[in-house]
Amino acid sequence: MRYGETGYNLEIDLTKGTIERVETDPKDTELHLGGLGTNAKILWDRVPAETDPFSPDNILIFSTGLLCSTPAPGANRTIVATYSPQTLFMAYSMMGGVFAPELKFAGYDKLIFRGKSPNLVYVWIHNDKVEIRDAGHLKGKGAVETQELIKKELNEPDAQVAAIGLAGENRVYMASIEQGRSSASRLGVGAVMGDKGIKAIAVRGTKDVNVARPAEFLQLCNEVLEYIKFREERPIPNVMTILQGLGSPQEMKHTDEKWHTENFMWGNARTRRKDFWNKEIEEKWEKTQLGARKRLISCYNCPMKCGAIISLPGVPTYMMKCFSKLTYTMAAYVEDLDFAFKIAQRATEYGVDGFSTPQTMAFAVELYDAGILTDKDFEGCPSDNEGRFYWLLDRIARREGIGDILADGTYWAAKKIGKGAEAYAHNNIKKHEQLPLKLGMLNPVYFLMYCTGEKMNITQIEGQFPQSPFVTMEEREEFIKDWTQVPDEKFKQYVLDWEIRGEKSNPYYPTPEIATEIVDWQEMMHFIDDALGVCAGLSSFPLKPPYHIHNYPKLISAATGVDMDEEKLKEIYRRNRNLVRAINVRRGLRRADEKPPEDHWKKRFPELEEKLLDTYYKFKGWNIDGIPTKETLQGLGLDYVAEDFLKRGILKDDEAAPDKGIAAETGKR
Amino acid sequence: MGEKKKKKVRTIKIDLDKCNGCRACEVICSAFHANPKYSSNNPARSRIRMIRDPMRDVYVPVYAGEYTPAECMGRDKYMIGEKEYDECSFCRAVCPSRDRFKEPDSGLPVKCDMCEGEEEPLCVKWCITGALTCEEREEEVEEGVDMKAMETGLGSLVDKYGLEKVAATVARMAQKG
Repeated sequence: MRYGETGYNLEIDLTKGTIERVETDPKDTELHLGGLGTNAKILWDRVPAETDPFSPDNILIFSTGLLCSTPAPGANRTIVATYSPQTLFMAYSMMGGVFAPELKFAGYDKLIFRGKSPNLVYVWIHNDKVEIRDAGHLKGKGAVETQELIKKELNEPDAQVAAIGLAGENRVYMASIEQGRSSASRLGVGAVMGDKGIKAIAVRGTKDVNVARPAEFLQLCNEVLEYIKFREERPIPNVMTILQGLGSPQEMKHTDEKWHTENFMWGNARTRRKDFWNKEIEEKWEKTQLGARKRLISCYNCPMKCGAIISLPGVPTYMMKCFSKLTYTMAAYVEDLDFAFKIAQRATEYGVDGFSTPQTMAFAVELYDAGILTDKDFEGCPSDNEGRFYWLLDRIARREGIGDILADGTYWAAKKIGKGAEAYAHNNIKKHEQLPLKLGMLNPVYFLMYCTGEKMNITQIEGQFPQSPFVTMEEREEFIKDWTQVPDEKFKQYVLDWEIRGEKSNPYYPTPEIATEIVDWQEMMHFIDDALGVCAGLSSFPLKPPYHIHNYPKLISAATGVDMDEEKLKEIYRRNRNLVRAINVRRGLRRADEKPPEDHWKKRFPELEEKLLDTYYKFKGWNIDGIPTKETLQGLGLDYVAEDFLKRGILKDDEAAPDKGIAAETGKR
Repeated sequence: MGEKKKKKVRTIKIDLDKCNGCRACEVICSAFHANPKYSSNNPARSRIRMIRDPMRDVYVPVYAGEYTPAECMGRDKYMIGEKEYDECSFCRAVCPSRDRFKEPDSGLPVKCDMCEGEEEPLCVKWCITGALTCEEREEEVEEGVDMKAMETGLGSLVDKYGLEKVAATVARMAQKG
């Protein structure tokens, strides 16, 4: 009897059209837990280092997490993993909703796709019955539309469907995978799904999922629920509204957007509008949002209501969550929330990432204004901001004209366009678009996260530690007094010591050593969430969450029957973390790649930044080039990685000069 | 005559507007009714099921009701406000026309027992949005044969067939034993 997991993966070879149900090794669960951890093992073992993301040898994995489908609240995440066509490194993207729970109830922990289908297909999984079906009639259909059509076609209203839209079919590097109100958006996972010819995956499952120690597990789940209720009644004082509660940023609930509109950048991560928010806009936007929003909705077994059903007159109904409410309208310099909801509907049907896409479109507009892109490139484009953005969105999703170049994202587009365009692709890390944020003073904790985060997205590594110091000592003491989630009491002292100005302020405090510990804690929680399939919104992302390092080991023990404690769990985190790093190192990742956008902070400190990275690498057990050392790898049971690195010359036996590394530009099409 | 007994009766109130579609009710119900308790969970076994269609903003939790051997001949469609609900949306029956409220492996009906013995029904406990709330009241129930119901029933038969025919049928049935 397997607990938590089902013990089976579905291996689907799209070239041959074969489907196999394969039993998994429980040892892998013990070493890596599941989700992102076991995904990394599969990619390391089975996809050669030089594989092009659009090669049939690239593997696309849809994984449940170890706790998905147990009663643990918020354990509903699907972890998609593959190689990114944009960054050429490992891509992992998560989505909530109901897909992973349904997949596990159908009896599978993972779907592993290899090869490529010669025709567009969709996969239908109904417990033991798995079919690859023709999807020719769904070609070109929207991601949202496709889900409804498939459910009707199969006469299965309770099936969960993950689908790509036109953007995924056209291998747009910003293509997303959409499912209900959730999406796996970033790093081009939708493009790989489209490249493999998979239009959609439909799942329906009616089997049991077991836990080892039922009463104990339920007790822990009840405690999580109690704490959620407790925490929701006590928003954290003295921090920004959207950092006060649990869940992902409650963009569907809150209508007060002063913080976002005045602190995040408009256009191509370009302009700060400090006096934007006023009473008139507040009233107008509130009216629009409350009118458009039909209902606040949740993901599977989660009491938070981060999503919403959006229904506007004349526009098909769809679902939305989080920051994509504002990203299009701010990128376009359009001050109309109505536009925001309308263009997001079209974007969701195309299936595109709500961070990269608006930025890429704003980038194109800047290039046009600068004369680098010409009237010819923009032939047929309306002249108003709104019209322009709709037009650009259509071109990108269809890879038409200038859209074909823009569809590769700002980094590759700038390279292709030339003529100085590269200066305008100014908001990337490792070729991937970042949040539109440009700040003043360097924050050492954030510096390290931007540089080294393997998800290449700040929201997937930040969370547990306050983003900025509290102004008064009273506020700090208030914050730490019930901060049970800290792995160690020393983190409370760090909050007490952190000042707005003076010696103990940014950028020199937190010190490199302290910043390192903070980042490691934050990253640890994300990595554990991504292996267990628990939503970061109840765990690694908000302050003072219900899931933390102290109750996670108990939950894992009770669910699986395998005894877990904090030290063992931390070791599993380090193993998974180093394995993901190893995959990217093997593809050429080096220290030189680990830097935030040049203009991310006005005030930069080159010497301090070097010291920060040095300290962080040392702490992680990596050499000066960011490569895990032989000792670190062997200490985590990753001897096979060390061997591979030694063979390739990535690591030298004597740990002398670090390898220069293959340029990450190999494998271009 | 029957004895008068005090019985605790539970009513679950369902507020459709508060439902967020999370299905925690399905999770905890199926877990509670697993054997051993909480050892597994499977929404397909839950006594409460969500009828959920986000595109039409239809969020309806429905509790398992009685078994019926036959489908309805015609069905009812509800319009509330401007929202249209499916026929069968509000129906609680264990019915041949659908899989709901049946164990997925055996096909046997599942029955909601209001989690008798627990402080409150588990679905209510796990519904944090307050879409499901529970009221308990005490009712005085007369144990024993309900004569009034029998008289009403007989009266209707007499109306339909006439007193003579009913009396003759009863006599014949009494003879057969």
